[in-house]
Amino acid sequence: MVRFFIGRLAQSLVLLVLVSAIGFAVLHLAPGGPLSQFALVPGLSQADIARIAHEMGLDRPLPVQYWEWFSRLLAGDWGRSYRDSQPVLAVIGSRLPATLELMVAAILIAVVIGISVGIMGAVRRYSIFDTLATVGAMVALSIPTFWFGLITIYVFAVKLQWLPAGNRATIGGGGSILDYLHHLIAPALVLALVEVAVWSRYMRSSMLDVINQDYIRTARAKGLPERTILLHHAFRNALLPMITLAGLELPSLLGGALVTETVFTWPGMGRLFLDSLGYRDYPVVMGILMFSAILVLLGNLLADLLCAVADPRIRLT
Amino acid sequence: MTEHSKDKTGLRGASILKPSRRQLLALGASAGFLTWLGPQRGWIDAAHAATPPAKPTGQAIVGLSQEPTVFHPLLVHIEVDEAVYFNLFSALWRVDPKGAFQPDLVAEIPTVENGGISADGLNWRIKLKDNVKWHDGTPFTADDVKFNIELIQNPKFIAGRRAGHELVRDIKIVSPTELTWRMEKAYAPYPAILSWTFLVPKHILEKEADLNKPAFTTSPVGTGPFKWVERVPGDHITLAAHDGYHGDGPYLERLIVKYIPDMTVLYTQFQTGDIDYIGLQGITPDHYEEAKGLADRAVMPVPQPFIENIAVNVGLPVFKDKAVREALYYGMDKKSVIEQIYYGLPSETESFLPKQSWAFNPDLPKHEFDPEKAKKILDEAGWALGSDGVRAKDGVRLEFVNSTTAGNHVREQAQQLLQQNWADIGAKMTINNLPPAVMWGDFWMQSKFESAMVGIGFMIGPDPDATDFFSSRSIGAKGGSGQNTTQFENPEVDGLLAEGAKTVDLEKRKAAYRKMQEVTRAELPYLPIFQYAMVSGVKAKLEGFTPNVNVQENCWNANTWYWAT
Repeated sequence: MVRFFIGRLAQSLVLLVLVSAIGFAVLHLAPGGPLSQFALVPGLSQADIARIAHEMGLDRPLPVQYWEWFSRLLAGDWGRSYRDSQPVLAVIGSRLPATLELMVAAILIAVVIGISVGIMGAVRRYSIFDTLATVGAMVALSIPTFWFGLITIYVFAVKLQWLPAGNRATIGGGGSILDYLHHLIAPALVLALVEVAVWSRYMRSSMLDVINQDYIRTARAKGLPERTILLHHAFRNALLPMITLAGLELPSLLGGALVTETVFTWPGMGRLFLDSLGYRDYPVVMGILMFSAILVLLGNLLADLLCAVADPRIRLT
Repeated sequence: MTEHSKDKTGLRGASILKPSRRQLLALGASAGFLTWLGPQRGWIDAAHAATPPAKPTGQAIVGLSQEPTVFHPLLVHIEVDEAVYFNLFSALWRVDPKGAFQPDLVAEIPTVENGGISADGLNWRIKLKDNVKWHDGTPFTADDVKFNIELIQNPKFIAGRRAGHELVRDIKIVSPTELTWRMEKAYAPYPAILSWTFLVPKHILEKEADLNKPAFTTSPVGTGPFKWVERVPGDHITLAAHDGYHGDGPYLERLIVKYIPDMTVLYTQFQTGDIDYIGLQGITPDHYEEAKGLADRAVMPVPQPFIENIAVNVGLPVFKDKAVREALYYGMDKKSVIEQIYYGLPSETESFLPKQSWAFNPDLPKHEFDPEKAKKILDEAGWALGSDGVRAKDGVRLEFVNSTTAGNHVREQAQQLLQQNWADIGAKMTINNLPPAVMWGDFWMQSKFESAMVGIGFMIGPDPDATDFFSSRSIGAKGGSGQNTTQFENPEVDGLLAEGAKTVDLEKRKAAYRKMQEVTRAELPYLPIFQYAMVSGVKAKLEGFTPNVNVQENCWNANTWYWAT
């Protein structure tokens, strides 16, 4: 167990260094830079821009810039945003709650609905319900999130006026829990849509694998009620691959949040990432990159641990 | 303006509108323009309009498609940031929609007549109001003004703009409400520059350890009508009424600046009433018809000082020949671009100055779309048609690349139209569009482009001085420090620019700039297409909203906004 951990940690660190170096290089080698947005500011001369570049240290060789950034990172200094000169960690921290709120809500919806639909589909294979669920999942996976989000807003906010047209809470409102929840419904559902499809498909096939195994046949032969068989014997074992899936789905959730947050003017990390990329806010983009990489690594590590806990046959070595 | 910042959403060109021909006549003079806007939609305080409340009441939500992030107005920033500056800070004076200066922190605008500026434009005397307080209660004094100018001049400080300020010498404090300075040389645009130089408090900033990353930006203090409450990054900024404000108002209790990243979503939130005013970048043309029909909303095209051009790099062999530029201009179907692609809303122009400018020359030759004439010009200049339909002269083929920011669908359509237009006269244009950060980097600044479709604000605020774009000393590719990216060099223009910038006499300046517009219209370093307009929208009950072509964001006077009851 300890050896497994140390090995995993070493692996992760190497990976993080690689991610940071590649990310830094790609970001800085892409033409343009944080100052090109000022190119057409009236009254701002080339000399001004050159001076600002020098003050920001953007005119030094790339390896030097990388080393400076990296050594500061090792000392716990993630740098400051070019846009609002706040420390990167504070910038990320200010956006994290919104994204977590959205992601947790979406995961809950996806897990509950996805797993239920998956089990039903597996138990009643090739039934009308199963066919509908299969078609539904295909449609959900094919719909562009951006379009689906806009349609949701058009139908439920503009036409029916049941839900707000976006934002995390009523602007200038008191910020009651109910208000937050009201604003959360639409974006969480939109973000969850794809995940529901993924989860239901995986759960269905995992459940089918289990149902066809010998021990289930034995349980049936013993005359156990179908409910007990499904919930006690099959369900737990079918859940195992789901834990791994949860770890694997983290990056796609982060990706989905990018689009959903734009459509629903949700002030989260996805938005921040897009904006920072657009402005070439190097410190923040690098910060989010590292943060996401750490998150994904941790997610996978956690999934492996949980698998080991859930399945005594798995030995972590 | 930063064309660039507008391009971020790729919709810069899409926020362009044009009033009808008849309305355009009224647009000629800003005064007329305001009358035209006024009475019908309650966009101007008409005599019968409601009266403002006795104490600040209610809130207004401003929706913007970019996020203000820089809360120190002297630091380098983009135009969207000014939406906050106008309400949080004050300048010495402001510029009104007619282009006239109105006192803000000063008791009177210094002029040659009142002795505030010497006849040679070198010596200045500024008299300040004596009742101005910073939001924290500290009195505002002449020391603050001196501190601000010196901060901008500080080489270590990442100042947004230094033009003009770097000429100021010997600032002397005469009394808490009076100071004098000397200018290194006369510089006529300086009053205009000061109208958009927002002042920051000395007593807070002098204690900052890092000039360029001051703690001040997390809770800025100004002298403006609203004071800082909070910022939710990526979402909104809340300002509250400053009850000790030295000017009119404020009549609103709260002003909230909301960031909505997507143009379609921005419009939707205007539709649902989540936002009260749709600012930068306004309503896209494809929503204009629908928006006009919305109940309880006032929706209007508002002229902007930016000009859409085809910028041609005259440093290249193919564009060196003036005949080519002339022929391309004759071969450009401007009308179709405006009518078919921009919903018939922006207005044709021949000048680099907006029609509202006091220096605008209305007598420039009118553009005609005449492909036959274009062909004739090229034939006469020796550009012979090749077998592949492309002309050539002395081994130079009449072909070039045109670039703009990728993702701006409207502009891309306009490009395709021109590509067709020019193919008809034997000029081959290839389109190569780039992301904004690339387009406006060295590619643009160092004249590495061949031709570009670009919207530019050539003025310094309300001042027509365009030295930065037309002077032979402003060519970045030749070591200059300006934005003359077309590499246009013309001794006559250089002379006119110098004359216009050094004389304080308005009539002389006007004559110089009018002449200059004649030269640029004849030489065509830029092929002017149209003057921008943005579709602005407010809730009909919001009084006091007045568009202003001389500022960067139309919530410049939110201190006078209030809700009609």
